[in-house]
Amino acid sequence: MTAKKKKAPKPKKAAGTPVRPRGGQVQLDMFGEGAAQRRAGPAAAAPASQATLTIVGEETNKAKAAKAVKDAAQLLAARQREISVSEFFTKNRHLLGFDNPQKALLTAVKEAVDNSLDACEEAGIVPEVNIDIVQCSPGTGALRSKNGNGHAPPEKGAGGALVLRADDQARSADTKNRLPRDTAVRFKIAVQDNGPGIVKNQIPKIFGKLLYGSKFHRIKQSRGQQGIGISAAGMYGQLTTGRPMQITSRIGDGKPAHYYEIQIDTRRNAPLTLVDREVEWDPPHGTRVEIEIEAVYKKGRRSVDDFVEQTVLANPHATIRFSVTGDEPRMFPRVTDAMPKDPVEIRPHPYGVELGMLMRMMAETSGKTLRKFFTRDFSRVSPRLASEICEKAGVAPEMKPHKVLPGQAELLYRALSATKFMAPPTNCLSPIGRDLILEGLEKQFKADLFYAVSRPPAVYRGNPFLVECGVAYAGDLPAEEPVTLYRFANRVPLLYQQSACAITKSVTQTSWKSYNLQQPRGALPTGPLVLMIHIASVWVPFTSESKEAIASYPEIVREIRLALMECGRQVSAHIRRHRREADAMKKISYIEKYIPHVGIALREILKLSEKQESKVVETLKDTLQRSRLKTAGGE
Amino acid sequence: MDVSKQIVSSSKGIYEEILARRKPNMKFPLRSLQNVKYDPKKGYFELKGRRKERTLTVNTVKTFAQTLRMMALSKELVETDDIATKREAYYVSKNWEEARFNEQDESDTVMDDVEAYFSVNREQLGFIPEEKGGEVAGKLIVVDKDRDTGKTLKIDCTRFGSGAYSIPIYVEHLKFETDAKFILAIETAGMFQRLVKHNYWKRANCVLVSMGGVPTRACRRFVRRLADDKRLPVYVFVDGDPYGFGNIYRTLKVGSGNAAHLNEYFCVPQATFMGITPDDITDYKLPTHPLKEVDIKRAKDSLKNDPFILHHKPWQNAINKLISMGVRAEQQALAKHGLNYVIDTYLPEKLRHTEKFLP
Repeated sequence: MTAKKKKAPKPKKAAGTPVRPRGGQVQLDMFGEGAAQRRAGPAAAAPASQATLTIVGEETNKAKAAKAVKDAAQLLAARQREISVSEFFTKNRHLLGFDNPQKALLTAVKEAVDNSLDACEEAGIVPEVNIDIVQCSPGTGALRSKNGNGHAPPEKGAGGALVLRADDQARSADTKNRLPRDTAVRFKIAVQDNGPGIVKNQIPKIFGKLLYGSKFHRIKQSRGQQGIGISAAGMYGQLTTGRPMQITSRIGDGKPAHYYEIQIDTRRNAPLTLVDREVEWDPPHGTRVEIEIEAVYKKGRRSVDDFVEQTVLANPHATIRFSVTGDEPRMFPRVTDAMPKDPVEIRPHPYGVELGMLMRMMAETSGKTLRKFFTRDFSRVSPRLASEICEKAGVAPEMKPHKVLPGQAELLYRALSATKFMAPPTNCLSPIGRDLILEGLEKQFKADLFYAVSRPPAVYRGNPFLVECGVAYAGDLPAEEPVTLYRFANRVPLLYQQSACAITKSVTQTSWKSYNLQQPRGALPTGPLVLMIHIASVWVPFTSESKEAIASYPEIVREIRLALMECGRQVSAHIRRHRREADAMKKISYIEKYIPHVGIALREILKLSEKQESKVVETLKDTLQRSRLKTAGGE
Repeated sequence: MDVSKQIVSSSKGIYEEILARRKPNMKFPLRSLQNVKYDPKKGYFELKGRRKERTLTVNTVKTFAQTLRMMALSKELVETDDIATKREAYYVSKNWEEARFNEQDESDTVMDDVEAYFSVNREQLGFIPEEKGGEVAGKLIVVDKDRDTGKTLKIDCTRFGSGAYSIPIYVEHLKFETDAKFILAIETAGMFQRLVKHNYWKRANCVLVSMGGVPTRACRRFVRRLADDKRLPVYVFVDGDPYGFGNIYRTLKVGSGNAAHLNEYFCVPQATFMGITPDDITDYKLPTHPLKEVDIKRAKDSLKNDPFILHHKPWQNAINKLISMGVRAEQQALAKHGLNYVIDTYLPEKLRHTEKFLP
């Protein structure tokens, strides 16, 4: 694909760099670093080569050289300027899951649906989400606006200066390599929920600014984490079609509904409100997001359909309606009315912080003393333990936190890692649960065996997480293909980068042969099996911002494997039971098949009459049946 | 007792067991090297008497039915004085619906079981092998009968020119006239051809028999009857390798583990081993090939399990020597010294010292 070609120098975030609960540090640093590289990169090379050329000779040359260096620095200074987050992502859209037109469509839908479900759950509303994908003819906007508002499409050229064309190289590669029907066309994506709605003033920032959101600065299980997704989807739409995002939202009965058209000023990473007015809207509360993007719609694996089906599986409490131009709308009514347990927000665990974060927390805390700071701002730190930490670091527990010197902070940080704490509380996790996993699987697959396991919570780097696994086996599932693996993180299906994911690694590393399944070396097992694995955590360690694969922390891999092994044992028992039954059936058929031949042979040898022959056959059948039953009963 | 009567009487036993609501069973002698003993006085492998029992159960019903049907087929062949080759018997089973055999191996095994069960020769059951019995040339007149007229036929084995007399599948009725001094049994058709071509039998006054690998039952029986009848010594000339020792020579002399119930008739206890011996390889400076892994395995296996080898120290020494040399030599390796070296030098030299032949 073209994704590889246009890959910009990837900002350094080595796999080893742990993503922290407050990973913001890491991620924001990343932009700084990337920007620094960009600033320094080409310019640094130029003067260096000049310098080597001019070293050759006399005084005048040296002076010239010195001046050239100074000039270069001035020249660079003129070029150096801030890079906004939005600009960064415009260039590095693959980091957010917009590497190709097919994936872009999926990512845009996914971001909108994640937000809708998160919003509903936080408000305690049983979610109802409506997804419409409408193909439009280019240049004319939506063929038919479905929201019933009858808004005219915004005038052309609104914010036209901001519209960037998608990478030309990628575009020509696309048209060259693909069949005509695959070339990107325009779609209007509309996702509407019955959530709590968004307060009027917040709408532009939420949709028109990257890294703006409610979920980043807290430790709580949710789908969204960083506040990038939906604005990035809007930005991608803006890039490819020039159209603004359309948002309609109402926060409750009696309040008016607001309609916005928003673009992102990518230079400033700030929203640009094109339209802002009150409108007639039927739903009592909720939000509707419409984005027009250039994309490719395909069925099959990793399609939007696939995403919706898997979302239903992991969100049995949600009702989802899904329609695509040209298809019958599909309705997925909720399996349960029970809302998932509302995950509790927790304070950071001492094992999950880094030095920089500790320093910032100390600067910002409202705790008057270090002891207070530790007990109040962290989970699982008792006053006694707080004193112990201070003692180990040689810092007075009564010291004011914001007066702590950097050297002391480092000592405190060391003391934290050297002290034993209880594992973090786990009520912050909201699993799907065994029963609902089973119900979801039973609804979607025709299989003989269903089994699910919900592991007790565990901890990696101070972050609680838990693993759930469901299996469907045999029945109508294809027997000769690799098993179907569904991966979920906080109830969100992961569709891309399967092989880079800790879940996949855990599956391939499990020895399925001992569970009577075939497994090529280092690959997924083969057989009529669907594996569904869900990881719930306050902070899921994704390998990239597009949230496609989970990093392989040993603790996580271990938990997944334990869950897989439990399911594997069930599958194995099922297979063995089946084989035994098949064997017994085969033996019964032996009696039916071969005893007549004993009769024939005896008739031929002993010249028996037909009556005598059938008597032999009947008697022998009877004798064998009896003895078979007797031995079977004795087992 | 007539085979067909034997079949009827044992079938009757099974029939009565069934009607008495009992599970019938058949006992077969275990057909393997583990179940034979070697008594040098008798000169052949004898069954030790271990048996396998086949009770009619759900698991064995298929083989049991097939065995009975094979017995029925045999009875029919015997009563109509007909024959069927092993391959034909396999094809007959194709008409048995579910009880048919999928491969000839399966039908051969069942046939061998029936043969062992009644302790008869499969030819007595009406079954014959496709394999050729072997070829004969030299100073011998075979007295046979014309099938149509019943007249005596005298077949002079000196008069086949560059061809040879073919040993028939059934040899019991044959009579012999000869003044030869010995029988030379040869492994390969190639060596046989050379000796025939140069009328070696005339010079050495002998009967030449080509075995073509492991000798067939007919071949063994023919050599045995001739040797018994005319009190001739039998000298064996095969390749100097574990297969030549353990499979070809040993089977000719004492019979096989598989058909141990018949070895009494299908063996040639008077046979002795002329060559190629491991000593020949060094004495005649023969060109060699390295022993393959299967050769070594076969050699070690016979040292451990073959009652015949275990009984004869000289054979153990010979095989051990071959293993330590790590090589094997073919009969035709003698051609290194000239094509007719075998006729002019090797055979005369060896035959001068028959007392040195391996037992």
